[in-house]
Amino acid sequence: MAKKIAVDPITRIEGHLRIEAQIDGGKITDAWSSSTAFRGIETILKGRDPRDAHHFVQRFCGVCTTVHSMASIRAVEDALKIQIPDNARLIRNIIMGIQNVQDHVIHFYHLHALDWVDIVSALSADPKKTAQVAQSISNWPLSSATYFKGVQDRVKAFVGTGRLGPFANAYWGHSAYKLPPEANLMAVAHYLEALEWQKDVIKIHAILGSKNPHPQTFLVGGMSIPVDPDSQNAINADKLALIGKLLKKARAFVEQVYIPDLLAVAPAYLDWGAIGGGVGNYMSFGDFPMDNSGGIDNLYFPRGIIMGKDLANVMAVDESKITEDVTRSWYEYSDGGAEKHPYVGETNPKYTGPTPPYEFLDTDGKYSWVKSPRYNGEPMEVGPLARVLVAYASGNADAKGAVDFVLGKLGVGAGALFSTLGRTAARGVDCLLLAQKTELWLQQLTQNMDRGILAVHNAEKWEPSTWPKEAQGFGYHEAPRGALGHWIRIENGAIKNYQAVVPSTWNAGPRDASGKLGPYESALIGTPVADEKQPLEILRTIHSFDPCLACAVHVLDTRGNEIIKVKAL
Amino acid sequence: MLDPEKALQEGLVSEEILKKWEVRGVSRRDFLKFCSVMTASLALPASFMGQIAEAMEADNRPAVIWMEFQGCTGDSEAFLRANQPTAAEIILDYLSVDYHETIMAAAGHQAEEAKHATMEKYKGKYIAIVEGSIPMAEGGIYCTVAGDSALNIARKVCGNAAATLAVGSCASYGGIPAAMPNPTGAVSVAEAVPGITVLNLPGCPLNAENLTAAIVHFLTFGRLPATDSLGRPKFAYGKRIHDNCERRSHFDAGQYAEGFGDAGHRQGWCLYKLGCKGPETFHNCPTVRYNEGTSWPIQAGHGCIGCSEPQFWDTMTPFYRRLPQVPGFGIEATADKIGLGLAAATAVAFGAHGVASALRKGDETDTKVKKED
Repeated sequence: MAKKIAVDPITRIEGHLRIEAQIDGGKITDAWSSSTAFRGIETILKGRDPRDAHHFVQRFCGVCTTVHSMASIRAVEDALKIQIPDNARLIRNIIMGIQNVQDHVIHFYHLHALDWVDIVSALSADPKKTAQVAQSISNWPLSSATYFKGVQDRVKAFVGTGRLGPFANAYWGHSAYKLPPEANLMAVAHYLEALEWQKDVIKIHAILGSKNPHPQTFLVGGMSIPVDPDSQNAINADKLALIGKLLKKARAFVEQVYIPDLLAVAPAYLDWGAIGGGVGNYMSFGDFPMDNSGGIDNLYFPRGIIMGKDLANVMAVDESKITEDVTRSWYEYSDGGAEKHPYVGETNPKYTGPTPPYEFLDTDGKYSWVKSPRYNGEPMEVGPLARVLVAYASGNADAKGAVDFVLGKLGVGAGALFSTLGRTAARGVDCLLLAQKTELWLQQLTQNMDRGILAVHNAEKWEPSTWPKEAQGFGYHEAPRGALGHWIRIENGAIKNYQAVVPSTWNAGPRDASGKLGPYESALIGTPVADEKQPLEILRTIHSFDPCLACAVHVLDTRGNEIIKVKAL
Repeated sequence: MLDPEKALQEGLVSEEILKKWEVRGVSRRDFLKFCSVMTASLALPASFMGQIAEAMEADNRPAVIWMEFQGCTGDSEAFLRANQPTAAEIILDYLSVDYHETIMAAAGHQAEEAKHATMEKYKGKYIAIVEGSIPMAEGGIYCTVAGDSALNIARKVCGNAAATLAVGSCASYGGIPAAMPNPTGAVSVAEAVPGITVLNLPGCPLNAENLTAAIVHFLTFGRLPATDSLGRPKFAYGKRIHDNCERRSHFDAGQYAEGFGDAGHRQGWCLYKLGCKGPETFHNCPTVRYNEGTSWPIQAGHGCIGCSEPQFWDTMTPFYRRLPQVPGFGIEATADKIGLGLAAATAVAFGAHGVASALRKGDETDTKVKKED
């Protein structure tokens, strides 16, 4: 008999996500994805200086920090037709590149790994055998039996206190865990190493942008970090060398730890290459401009759309076909319609859910603070898988090489990419490509400085007096979690309307007016659940998307009168 | 800072405690280094190292419940960048982080059970940490976790804690959700749950080193550190950024960057004309810096945005507008006059008053701010 369960909070994600699922015969037969928090940052942006917007929207999210600043300044630059200096393009590419790399590693080890790795099992591993396993898959130096014994002792002492802290009350011993103890011990060691690594490599953000999270260095028209080989207060040879060293450190860990671990863990879970596929439509806005034309024809990751898993047909993206549907979201449109394009988007909160505390949502009505974005009326999955698939299907040589290598190692065909495992593997590919590419942008920045090219900011249109009375622009970015778009309308030097449609909005959105499920919901259908009291399998598929809910829920009409009306209800 | 070797020689920390930590995989040197850094962070004499070490004794790991409400996880991420000690050390060795949604393995009911177990077992003893603001509008429906409102959860968890730490500007003062027009009725923890003991650690995000220092202070002395009128510990928010700024000499000398990337900007001149809010902001960024002391906004060429001050999203914006008239001298002429030789007098006036933010509250057009001599 069918049974409904709720998993709330979904942990090891950013933000507040709740999944309700109907389980019948050991499988999920229906699912509802709900975000349970809302802030309303676009309302707050109304009337403010468009040059300040990137500071505000950066606070959509502190995990994928930088990404909203990036999309925001591009939206303003698109509206005001501003060309940025080449150094600004390169610094942005380096910041975005290391953001993707660091974020993916944190996701793999700290947010996703515990879905596949049983820490308690690691206690019974043989450190010698663990060393053999580690040395057989990688040249990473930290791989001796003594080293793994030390890690195991540390974990044993920790478990021995009887207080497991963040590892308490989890699913240890669950029948869905398949790795041998040695693989588990190796993964635990790398979990701890990655914790150290992530804080080191992200210092690149501090060097180029003062701090991380929330670097303070973006500007409409460029960047605020000066470059000058003859100054101790700017990016000089010394700081370039430090960035280069950190990029090498980043790349070494990805090449020698992350990718080998991914390839070592995946064979135990190949059945997940046929689970969690979802909507089968993929969209990438593309990113990492390879020249400074300001166009989208020469992006490292190309822009494109794949419908119905058809890799033979990559189509162009037309942003005017994007809409947001609120039929099943806690909002209503003033004209009573179901969907709107972001330029004319509005978000009037209309909560119809149960009064807290509650046990279940009313999933027959509205049930989430996330809207449902659609492209030409269809739900789209975005993220590393979409980005890599579009690049792969477009014939990008780097993507093709890396994807074919991974598929070959695992002995599976391209069809396995459309799955929970495929999503997790594609994130590794994405990470590897950027870990290898980002060094190029540092070299080019160095060359520019060598030639005496020092501009980082174009101030021609800095003053609002130089702006047209009205302007509107679209800012894109491929964030770690996928296609991100910001739409801005500027009037009389101030923000008239601001809308963001972010990766986790695309992926976490609820059903739409026609009843089409969102990507999370669709991916959960058919997922096996061995023990409904320990829904580990739900976490696997949801985590494979790398949810980021604070990003997803922020949208509110900037014509704020409706808000007051709603509050008075 | 006291050298760990010297501390070892002088026997500031007992052999028994050092042995206990060694068993847990923390070397003597690392543990002493940690105690030494903490003693220095809290501006205590070296003789306090022993007391700090005792407070950190392994078997005494304090339980922590970390809640995120209307936040962006930026403060949790900042915590992951902590260096003295690192996040791994904090999680495994120093604290028992029993509930933290971003890192915990359990989800759903299992996660909530872990929280309730800690609340019961360590009632009145655990530390509550809150990240993000709490929405008060419409019965709290703008933020729920496990089917309950942020407000209800905060009341229960903070109400039974030994102390609550508000991490970041949202939990401390409402932050960005509370910026005008505050669509969800967002407030700080102290406003949402009156009567509890709260320490505010603002910043957007907060500096992780200030969080670890505050926790250690609490463990060492059994009480929270002394605070200013805004509930911030004086050890971290006692000084104005402007007064500790590495570029202060350029301000005094009348050397200002006029544009991003110009010669003055590249040479590290004062960012006042590019909108720096350092003169109105109290925070230890210039000395502690971020990401293991790598940098901070002014060092990287961008003015301070005043992120540790209440309502800074409203009072400090537009961010790129130079600070309005400060007492003692005219607005637009200010910086230029300094260049003409009034440096000493104006600098003193700037430092002595510092009420510009008070003047600006509720005022949209800085050019109309009345002059106050």
